[in-house]
Amino acid sequence: MSQPPESDAGPTTPDYLVPPEPRRNFVAQLAAVVVGGLTGLVPLAAGLATFLNPLRKSVKDKLAPSGSEEGFYKVAHLDSLSAVPQAFKIIADRKDAWNTFPKDAIGSVYLTKGDDGKILAFNLTCPHAGCAVDWRPAKKAYHCPCHNSSFTADGTRAPDSPSARDLDSLEVKVDTNGAVWVKYQDFKTGEKEKHPA
Amino acid sequence: MTRLLLEWLDSRTGYRSLMHEALYERVPGGARWRYVWGSTLVFTFVTQLITGLFLWMSYSPSSQTAWESVYYIQHEMQLGWMLRGIHHFTAQAMVVLLVIHLLQVIIDGAYKAPREVNFWLGLILMKIVLGLSLTGYLLPWDQKGYWATKVATNIAGITPVVGEQVQTLAVGGPNYGHHTLTRFFALHAGLLPALLIGFLALHMYVFRRHGLTVPDPIHKPDSTFWPDQVLKDGVACLAVLATVLFLVMYHGVGPHGGAELGAPADATENYSAARPEWYFLFLFQMLKYFPGESEVIGAMLIPGVILTILALMPILGRWKLGHSFNVAFMGGIILGVVILTGLAIREDSGNTDYRWAVADAETKAERVKELAELQGIGPAGAVQLLRDDPKTRGAALFAAKCASCHRYAGHDGVGRVSAEPATAADLATFGTREWIHSILTDPAGEKNFGATARVPEVGERFTKGEMAQWVAECVTSGKLTAAELNTIVEFLASLSEHKLRGPVDQTLVSAGQKLFAEGKDGVTACYDCHAMKVSPDPEGLFEGSSAQIATGAPDLTGYGSAAWLRDFLINPGDKRFYGSHNAMPGFGGQLSDVELKLIVDFLLHNWLEKPPAAGGAAGSTH
Repeated sequence: MSQPPESDAGPTTPDYLVPPEPRRNFVAQLAAVVVGGLTGLVPLAAGLATFLNPLRKSVKDKLAPSGSEEGFYKVAHLDSLSAVPQAFKIIADRKDAWNTFPKDAIGSVYLTKGDDGKILAFNLTCPHAGCAVDWRPAKKAYHCPCHNSSFTADGTRAPDSPSARDLDSLEVKVDTNGAVWVKYQDFKTGEKEKHPA
Repeated sequence: MTRLLLEWLDSRTGYRSLMHEALYERVPGGARWRYVWGSTLVFTFVTQLITGLFLWMSYSPSSQTAWESVYYIQHEMQLGWMLRGIHHFTAQAMVVLLVIHLLQVIIDGAYKAPREVNFWLGLILMKIVLGLSLTGYLLPWDQKGYWATKVATNIAGITPVVGEQVQTLAVGGPNYGHHTLTRFFALHAGLLPALLIGFLALHMYVFRRHGLTVPDPIHKPDSTFWPDQVLKDGVACLAVLATVLFLVMYHGVGPHGGAELGAPADATENYSAARPEWYFLFLFQMLKYFPGESEVIGAMLIPGVILTILALMPILGRWKLGHSFNVAFMGGIILGVVILTGLAIREDSGNTDYRWAVADAETKAERVKELAELQGIGPAGAVQLLRDDPKTRGAALFAAKCASCHRYAGHDGVGRVSAEPATAADLATFGTREWIHSILTDPAGEKNFGATARVPEVGERFTKGEMAQWVAECVTSGKLTAAELNTIVEFLASLSEHKLRGPVDQTLVSAGQKLFAEGKDGVTACYDCHAMKVSPDPEGLFEGSSAQIATGAPDLTGYGSAAWLRDFLINPGDKRFYGSHNAMPGFGGQLSDVELKLIVDFLLHNWLEKPPAAGGAAGSTH
């Protein structure tokens, strides 16, 4: 359907079909535009305000899970940890729009305890694109099922992994009763540096 | 540059002639206000599309989330109340404008040749709009929409031959539930708007083909749609919008204004305030005149005949007197609708049961929102909040089970005042200092045991019984000083679990214990008749033979606690309580544990409440 460029100006509406626009009061035209625009804008504005609701800080705060102590959640007892990574659920009061789910799982972490007693905690989320990594005992590595990123037991990324950084480690502390507390947080994926999401 | 671009666009699309077609429609006799009605309807529809689309983004159609998501829109989302309010009231404006438009078409004879088809298209559009209104009424899944729509689908069920199938298909199963909502929502947000857009396009196309129906073409010089008529249309639309906004904000600016949201639908909670949307009230009223099997006449035959005559108007209009008949017929319908609507409203306003039901519905609607705010909505949905709420559910149980004899602040617990006099105590203050003090000073008072004397079998057993005699001898005579009496009150109040009791004065309690156990010169001890145990009991006040000498003197151990009250309700005739003096039925077999707890918590004010706003320090003596 391509036409030679010179005929571009061709089939515009023939002049005889476009009678000179009636000489109209400019004020009437402007008023019509303003009034007409106003009637459409009001419902649109109310709709947009509601649509943008999730961006409000107060909404984010209200929907944050509760049940942590300064971001730390009690996850497991020291005795249940070993050198082999195990996944533990983070339990908190989860909120989803209008619903509150008391004592619900809000996420999982992998925990290990080395021979030196050092405890490592990792967020299950792959730093590459956000899939959940698995611990593969046969390979002794964390493996991401989506794009095959791979991490050693201490979270170091394998050289050919698509992930730009190591697994996201989390702060851990152990209280006097031997309970292990993890500061559970998510980080932005796809970036070389670790930034809280 | 712009000019070149526009020319290119025109050559590819021909938009100029389209715009010309759209904007420069000839308006014979000049722009006039009388032509605005069609445009206002288009405007209201576009408003519904916009607001509906945004509501859709936050609405969740299932029986556990519909009310909850609407609650969230109304109370938590930025300007959600405004969005919902505009959608709700524009829907009503649309019905009003539709009637005006139809009236004008009939009066002006705009249905006559060559515009018959467009008239029929308009009637189809009217039915689609009413269908949108009917389906939309259910979506918030509140009591009002639920019960009113149930009536509508039940009416569909009486359709001859296919009624049952039609009803089951509309409801999406044997009962109202998830699939009722998904179906109604698909109709409301999908099928019906799509049909409306299609028929509206045809309606406007045919309208343009035949042009305006002009009553007097020489009114003024001819004009064009743009800008003269557009301006008038715009001003009319603005007026419609202003009316809608006024209605949205009439009951308040913020979540408490806008469209109403009742308590969540509950199939197990009778809702006596069920009424359809106001513009369907005439149909509702009409059904009252067609009892039993004849319902089908009022629900289908009459509306069917009316719609058929409406559809036949273009043909009837060909006859000499046809137009006059049509106008008279339309006038008759309007008159009928106005009269029936008026009757419906008048009957309701004179109906105390209905007025109570409306007030009760408002109480529950407020309460469930308060609970949602206080404790959040669990996975079972908001309906569970009310089912577990002693303040409303316990009160309703009190009304059903206790209020035939007892009163609660003069009423039945939920605000209804019985014409029958009470035959047992008024329990509004049970377990408080006020209650104990009142029993100890005036046991035969109307609010205490006085009412029991109305029961012949009980007679003066309580009003002139041993307790009354003790009060006359020891309290009324002044042997027991007011201060001493207060120590006993404080002691008994210390046992109570009434939520508004507040902290107790331990010194008074100790003094009261001693007085209760030992009495004083000329004053028989309470313990001589009433059993009592306290713990700890360092002085061994209640270690002697647990008294309960007098039959009918209840064991007061833990008096006013939830456990005491529960045991009492299960079997008041137990020898721990009134024994053979008892005249109250036991509720052990009648009420489930959950129900017993609800009544107990209701009587002890043990429910969630918003902390009183600064200034109103009820129940706090700090």
